[in-house]
Amino acid sequence: MSETNPAPIHPGIGAPRWLLAELSYKCPLQCPYCSNPLDYARYPDELSTEDWKRVLTQARRMGAVQLGFSGGEPLTRPDLIELVAHARELGYYTNLITSGYGLSEEKIVALKQAGLDHIQISIQASDPVLNDYIAGATTYLEKQAVARLIKKHGYPMVLCVVIHRQNIEQMPGILAMAEELGADYLELANTQYYGWAHQNRETLLPTREQFIAAEKIAQAHKEKVAGKMKIYYVVPDYYEDRPKACMNGWGSTFLTIAPDGVALPCHSARELPGLDCPNVKDYSIEQIWRDSRAFNLFRGTAWMQEPCASCDEKHKDFGGCHCQAYLFNQDMHSTDPVCSKSPQRWKVDAAIAAAATAAQAAEQPLLFRNPKNSKQFRPSGNE
Amino acid sequence: MSLDPEQSLQFSPLHRLQWEEAQQKYVILYPEGMVELNHSSAEILKLCDGAHKAADIVAELEAKFQASGLENDIHQFLSAALQNGWIKHV
Ligand code: SF4
Ligand code: SF4
Repeated sequence: MSETNPAPIHPGIGAPRWLLAELSYKCPLQCPYCSNPLDYARYPDELSTEDWKRVLTQARRMGAVQLGFSGGEPLTRPDLIELVAHARELGYYTNLITSGYGLSEEKIVALKQAGLDHIQISIQASDPVLNDYIAGATTYLEKQAVARLIKKHGYPMVLCVVIHRQNIEQMPGILAMAEELGADYLELANTQYYGWAHQNRETLLPTREQFIAAEKIAQAHKEKVAGKMKIYYVVPDYYEDRPKACMNGWGSTFLTIAPDGVALPCHSARELPGLDCPNVKDYSIEQIWRDSRAFNLFRGTAWMQEPCASCDEKHKDFGGCHCQAYLFNQDMHSTDPVCSKSPQRWKVDAAIAAAATAAQAAEQPLLFRNPKNSKQFRPSGNE
Repeated sequence: MSLDPEQSLQFSPLHRLQWEEAQQKYVILYPEGMVELNHSSAEILKLCDGAHKAADIVAELEAKFQASGLENDIHQFLSAALQNGWIKHV
């Protein structure tokens, strides 16, 4: 690393540590829980290679060290290898977050040479039929082959499986698949219900019984594979009575840059109306992080309403997730309704009940994430 | 996995140990995580280079810091580091 004078940060504001570079919204898959905005098709612009290099350099200078190249599908960017090399030279710990689809052995080798540290590959289910249905593309066999190539070339591999009602009962199969593929880390990510997943919630949300059974299997397996494979279990917050400490505190640790250069405090924040997120084409990362209204909006506790404002747990969870508050209450300043102290908690319980009822009936079709479906949604206001 | 005094220790190829200028400290980087190290932990880990056994690390650090009786602390830390997968036996 050549930079020796890290930029000073205003007192009280930490520096970003994790940078998520969403290189492109393009993706050959159509996962119905995709975390990209519903109206992503309205933002086809992509930053240039030079823009990305500048962003990486500026964020690194402030202290960012974990870097995820994500999307959409980051493999759709022709300059991916060049960006990885640049990031590695700056001293980032680089992660490619990919569906694995279209990742050739040649590219795996070239990325390694460029300095890529690890690869996170997602698989949708432990059997081909369900995998290909959820992915909206025939990808299962290729993903399996790519996972083996990732290990063959010595990368630490994170296998990510997003969990929902359609695959939750495959938990034993998913665990066996992860072991068989030699995953070093298995991320069992219970679906977070924003954006596309929110649209499909009745079809995706597991019942409480399913969730409890699956968690038990996963936790028991954790001990069995200790020392060989690490299991990260992301809980579905609907079944908790306290919200997650969203992004470890707004504007405290995480910085996401969307494909068109919009800087976001959280990758779903694009859905918040009037947040007015700045673009890296207009401002430096330091200006954005330190001075922008969007990044300062939920720092500290002054923004809070009751019951958060006078709650003695507010430094633990920071009032929860603003995207969730907005989705349920149309008010991003309100308490995350997952919290049992929120007067709106009944709405989460109603969603759980609705999903349980839907689970008894014939399954509804899923709304897949693709440009055609995306275009039916109105822009969220963060141009 | 418990600490084997007869075997040399090396840093895990699945993790990275790195000095962070912005934080003025060493950190361990791995998929989805980062551990910030205090000074003495970093000194121990830097000696996990494939050539040192636990006893060599103790001897070297006691000499370097002109201290004695570090063995317990260092062994404890090495055992924890093994558990976490940060280091392994060669
Ligand atoms: S979640 Fe699926 S559709 Fe969305 S970017 Fe990832 S692979 Fe593509
Ligand atoms: S009331 Fe607010 S601060 Fe208190 S636990 Fe609930 S979400 Fe957290």
